[in-house]
Amino acid sequence: MLEVRGLRAGYGQIEILRGIDMQVGAGEIVALLGSNGVGKSTLNNNICGLYRPFAGRILFEGEELTGARPEAIVARGLIQVPEGRRVFPNLSVRENLELGSYCRGKPHRAANLERVVTTFPRLRERLVQKAGTLSGGEQQMLAIGRGLMAEPKLLILDEPSLGLSPLLVEEMFALIQRLNAEGLAILLVEQNVVQSLAIAHRACVLEAGVLAMSGTAAGLAANTDLRRAYLGM
Amino acid sequence: MSPDIIFAGVVNGLMAGGIYVLVATGLTLIYGVLHIINFAHGSLLMLAMYAVFFLFRPPLGLDPYLALPLVTAGAFLMGYVLYRGVIGRLSHGRDENILLITLGLSIVADNVALFLFTGDTQTIGVAYAGNYISLGPALVPLPKLISFGASMLICALLGLFMSQTDMGKAIRAVAKERQGARLVGIDVENIFAVSYGIGIACLGAAACLLMPFFYVSPSSGHVFVLIAFTTVVLGGMGSFGGALAGGLIIGVVESLAGLQFGEQLGQLGIPLVFILILLLRPTGLFGRQ
Repeated sequence: MLEVRGLRAGYGQIEILRGIDMQVGAGEIVALLGSNGVGKSTLNNNICGLYRPFAGRILFEGEELTGARPEAIVARGLIQVPEGRRVFPNLSVRENLELGSYCRGKPHRAANLERVVTTFPRLRERLVQKAGTLSGGEQQMLAIGRGLMAEPKLLILDEPSLGLSPLLVEEMFALIQRLNAEGLAILLVEQNVVQSLAIAHRACVLEAGVLAMSGTAAGLAANTDLRRAYLGM
Repeated sequence: MSPDIIFAGVVNGLMAGGIYVLVATGLTLIYGVLHIINFAHGSLLMLAMYAVFFLFRPPLGLDPYLALPLVTAGAFLMGYVLYRGVIGRLSHGRDENILLITLGLSIVADNVALFLFTGDTQTIGVAYAGNYISLGPALVPLPKLISFGASMLICALLGLFMSQTDMGKAIRAVAKERQGARLVGIDVENIFAVSYGIGIACLGAAACLLMPFFYVSPSSGHVFVLIAFTTVVLGGMGSFGGALAGGLIIGVVESLAGLQFGEQLGQLGIPLVFILILLLRPTGLFGRQ
């Protein structure tokens, strides 16, 4: 579904990603793991068209997306829920969700909104509240809900568990699994290695701009190098 | 002063405030979305006023109120194209560049106007300019009453547009969270141009409402823009409610201070109230930290 080939990218003169090859298939959860500053968000931002890659290609459902504008990428159904939520603080929860279908999924806006607030009952209670007044966990739900409003084919979740309480993190991973069970392909970008590997089908580990390991989630979970590097075991 | 005179002063101040609100709304919208002060605001108002002036003159003889839809739409288009063609292109994504470009545009526009139209003040003589309407003890010139009513109506329509349409919501979203806006598929550059266009459209409408009772010269935009800057800061940068309250307050202060201290000395009233309000509320009436 999503195919990244030989991607080199960075900011200005500085190259951060030095040749990335990865794929996400239909119906899969792929976990992209790595610690802070290895280039996970750079990869995301290039896939979503916020930056232009230096070299390499990005294909989505066989179509070339390299260098396409963000709105063209959203229109195809490749939706990113960004790190730090990026909800519109001055707009109500309802308006945030409505704008989720600004350029895709507009005909089914009312039905999708109903589905999202059924998935996240907390958002239903706060529909008229300004998004900036929500708690971190609620903002994360809103960001995901806003992404779902665009009827995604592939959802990229960038650090969805960041800043959430352990209980909410559990909930978040259960939700990701549920969305995937309904057929949504997910690229999960996370630092939380254990829980990500528990729900992912496949995973890759990004280290200093290259993929250090990749394979099935179960295989990686059993890998002693990975366990030593990320879990201290 | 007797209560009747104060009442008349307040009414006349509100009437003048309507135009201030309209000009300030355009300025505050552009500030809210683009995070820049549009230094070209006064010059573009002046150009719109000349447009109204020439539309009124033969051969067209178009009444300024009838010209309003045309001039407003033309001003929107002008703002949109100006942003797309000049401001956005030259800014290279840096807000401080936009500031300088709008300042440059203003200098160019003022001098081109001076060259083409000379520095003489021009007025249009509409038949209804001398009509007065009495509101209780206050006597209000008909064009001022119309300018107030129309300004409030336009602000209400703009408020509806911003709160009810997808485009309006997108404009508000871009104002606070550009990255998030890009990720839901909002074309941020287009929103910048539309916002700039709407800001200038407010000036087009203001020009039509002003011309029946005001004059135009290459420097006449500055009269209103200084007041609009004051209004925007007084009300809170980027706040629509602030522009509305600020514009009306300034109109009333100007009018009452003029009554008490005379036209010349009365001008001090605006900066005094401005300083006083900012001392008490440094972010303006409706501003946030």
